[in-house]
Amino acid sequence: MPKLNVNGKLLDYQADEGTPLLWVLREQLGLTGTKYGCGIAQCGACTVHIDGVAVRSCVMPAAAMKATQKITTIEGLTPNGTHPIQKAWQALDVPQCGFCQSGMIMAATALVKEKPNPTDKDIDDAMTNICRCGTYNRVRAAIHVAAKEMAATKTGAKPKKVSELGKSVLDIQHIDGSQA
Amino acid sequence: MSTTSNPSKRDRTNTDTAVAKPSRRTFLKGSAATTAGLVVGFHVPFFNKQAMAQGIAAAPISPEVNAWVVVQPNDKVIIRIARSEMGQGSLTGLAQMVAEELECDWAKVSTEYPTPGQNLARQRVWGDFSTGGSRGIRGSQDNVRKGGATARMMLVQAAADEWKVPVSECSASKSVITHGPTKRTTTYGKVANAAAKLTPPTDIKFKDPKDWTLIGKRLARLDTVEKTTGKQIYGMDLKLPGMLNAAVKDAPVFGSKVKSVDDTAVLKRPGVKKVLRVGDTAVAVVADTWWRAKTALDALKIEWEDGPNAKASSASFAEVLKAGLDAKDAVVGHSVGDARAAIAASPRKIEAVYSYPHQNHVCMETMNATVKWTPERCEVWVPTQNGEAALAATAEAAGLPPAKCEVYKIHLGGGFGRRGATDFIRQAVAIAKQMPGTPVKMIWSREEDMAQGRFHPVTQCKMVAGLDDKGEITGLSMRISGQSILAYVAPQNIRDGRDPVVFQGLNAPGPEASIGYTFPTFLVDHAMRNPHVPAGFWRGVNLNQNAIYLESFLDEIAHATNQDPLALRRKLMSKHPKHLAVLNAVAEKVGYDKPAPAGVFRGLAQTMGFGSYVAACAEVSVSKEGGLKIHRIVAATDCGNAVNPQQIEAQVEGSFVYGLGAALYQECTVKDGRIEQTNFADYPSLKLAEMPKVETVILAWGGFWGGVGEPTIAVAAPAVLNAIFAATGKRIRDLPLKNHSLKA
Repeated sequence: MPKLNVNGKLLDYQADEGTPLLWVLREQLGLTGTKYGCGIAQCGACTVHIDGVAVRSCVMPAAAMKATQKITTIEGLTPNGTHPIQKAWQALDVPQCGFCQSGMIMAATALVKEKPNPTDKDIDDAMTNICRCGTYNRVRAAIHVAAKEMAATKTGAKPKKVSELGKSVLDIQHIDGSQA
Repeated sequence: MSTTSNPSKRDRTNTDTAVAKPSRRTFLKGSAATTAGLVVGFHVPFFNKQAMAQGIAAAPISPEVNAWVVVQPNDKVIIRIARSEMGQGSLTGLAQMVAEELECDWAKVSTEYPTPGQNLARQRVWGDFSTGGSRGIRGSQDNVRKGGATARMMLVQAAADEWKVPVSECSASKSVITHGPTKRTTTYGKVANAAAKLTPPTDIKFKDPKDWTLIGKRLARLDTVEKTTGKQIYGMDLKLPGMLNAAVKDAPVFGSKVKSVDDTAVLKRPGVKKVLRVGDTAVAVVADTWWRAKTALDALKIEWEDGPNAKASSASFAEVLKAGLDAKDAVVGHSVGDARAAIAASPRKIEAVYSYPHQNHVCMETMNATVKWTPERCEVWVPTQNGEAALAATAEAAGLPPAKCEVYKIHLGGGFGRRGATDFIRQAVAIAKQMPGTPVKMIWSREEDMAQGRFHPVTQCKMVAGLDDKGEITGLSMRISGQSILAYVAPQNIRDGRDPVVFQGLNAPGPEASIGYTFPTFLVDHAMRNPHVPAGFWRGVNLNQNAIYLESFLDEIAHATNQDPLALRRKLMSKHPKHLAVLNAVAEKVGYDKPAPAGVFRGLAQTMGFGSYVAACAEVSVSKEGGLKIHRIVAATDCGNAVNPQQIEAQVEGSFVYGLGAALYQECTVKDGRIEQTNFADYPSLKLAEMPKVETVILAWGGFWGGVGEPTIAVAAPAVLNAIFAATGKRIRDLPLKNHSLKA
């Protein structure tokens, strides 16, 4: 029986030839945090990490995966939503309907892993996921908040709570100049 | 707010994503233990929706104080929300409004949905479930505040009764009740059971807005954490024991039928259980997994009887609409004086024809519904914007009375109006009805979702202005020719051929969708022309194209008469102070009195709809090669009472993504009777890299309750189109922009 290495566990699965990784994750392994949005690698809702790199799982045949390749889904990113990207997302209330957000978060966590201090251009290039609710400006702001937090903790600062990150939210919002 | 208030924290004892509705027996057994000795009128069982979504036979929650409020012994407050949450944030906003009047501790608040069946059984105690038209807050504010206030009065009364003191000596704050003279205190949780037995008061007085502590605050959403961990369950994620999956294909030519299906090969595929006809028009494959059902459906040989619409095309519609621009059979929407005569008598005329295409909503989560049908009962789990309509559609499609049906609302992966329709629910019920006793989850592929939309209506508009010798407007006429949404979704609401929704943003002065200008004479009329492509409510509805038509054409008049577009508008808006105020707020914030940065050009737009006043200024540049860059947008909204400014900002930002995506890229074209676009590859959305900075100004002066989910969409396109004209001298009169070159 074929195996997939998902979120640190080696799991058996059964699927017909050509079944995309997305549908094995969702229908065989019960990992429904990874979403179907288009099936043609256009929208990014199905983004997972394969050995730390963001990959669109809707066009990746499960059978192409070796058991040595480490797949991480949103469920396996952190046990309780405590990755700095997730915390920044919570602090800035990024999600609206939320359907695209697992993919957004997987793309963003791969980005900050590769580029710990991403520029706006880096964010433009990496974050090509589609969001129909229109969370893009908060996605961008949250990546900057997370990058700043990650840099601070790297130099020994105590990790901030979501509510503390939230305090910098007002600064972020006023970078955009919004006022109520 | 701390995460302890997250609704999903309750009873999260199981991470299995399977779903099972707790049986009534489980409920009765459990409820006997926790509600012993307490009878509160007609008690309907509620179940923790998260627990339900996770397949846990949830412990029944404490008895309600009233329909809106449950207080548990540990002071946790569960607020019931009738409207659907689809990203717009009203789940949080509505809870804020109940909590405001309830005077409860916000950190202890969580929410749950009552079901449409419960609403029916309780004489619609929660009112209207439908979630559209930006009505979530404004259509419920009275109801939900009454619910909160009533519950508070009952809780305080219960404490006063216990202490045997006059209720007038008691007050409540943050879930604590205090007897003033003696300083004795108790909490909501301690008196909730006694409160539930009291007769609800009828004389309700709302708090003075100046005393609000929750309404108007930038509180964090109640549903964020689950959406950052993958734990939020959407319709597509449901799993019921023994469930099968269905993929479906409906006739690609609207109104045509299935001629024949050859399922011989497909039935031999692994996991395929059944190939079904769904009515006359669709075919479904039911399999153990959706991927197997979908790939089997793709392999299925289906022949269609294409019928009379097989030759229809966008070009043939355009011809019909064009003829409508001068047809005699138009119905007047709003008329002031005799605009035609005034224009005819004017020494100068300006005329332009605009148009707006069909568009799909493209919710990120494609349409889906999960249904279990038996001859005795039909249950539906569905992301819907309209729970009650979903229940009615279920009953009809199931062939059962509504009392034998139930709809469980599941969180929506986007709605935008598409999920107010029930076509996909009827389809899922029709499939499940052919698999009695087996739950079936029907999911549309993206391709099916593109083909079977309920599309933004297609219209054209002829704009004519008469000008006098000084360039002052003598009259303005607008002839709208095209599709009526109501003709498709609610033809009973068309009276004497008039679809009132067509005139959004152009109505006479009043509280809804009124025009913000006074012209000496004015006429807007509508020649209804309905192609066979089904229309639906698409976020922003008819305000979208009407704002483009009017705001672009005013810009044309300004340029033709050498007036500044802002100055011309201000001149015409003196009798419309609310419209003018948002426009002025935008002008001030953008620094309109100073020039834009070198190479950057500005465009303005304003409108009013869904109860709110909105305006925007776009700053754009266009390269010599025709590349458009939108640098910055300043937007203002006056929604009267701003319940949660942070959520309003999020809606305004999102409205520009939705509206600009539509303006730049989105068009559903028809060829051979069917929609040509199939997926995001040929129907693009706006991406993050293209998103301008958005600066939102909220004017919350109180006095009314306006919607925020939609109105701003309507100013996105005209503000940018007017800025493009300022930059290039090119006037774009039909969308999307991708069909035009901006090259110098």
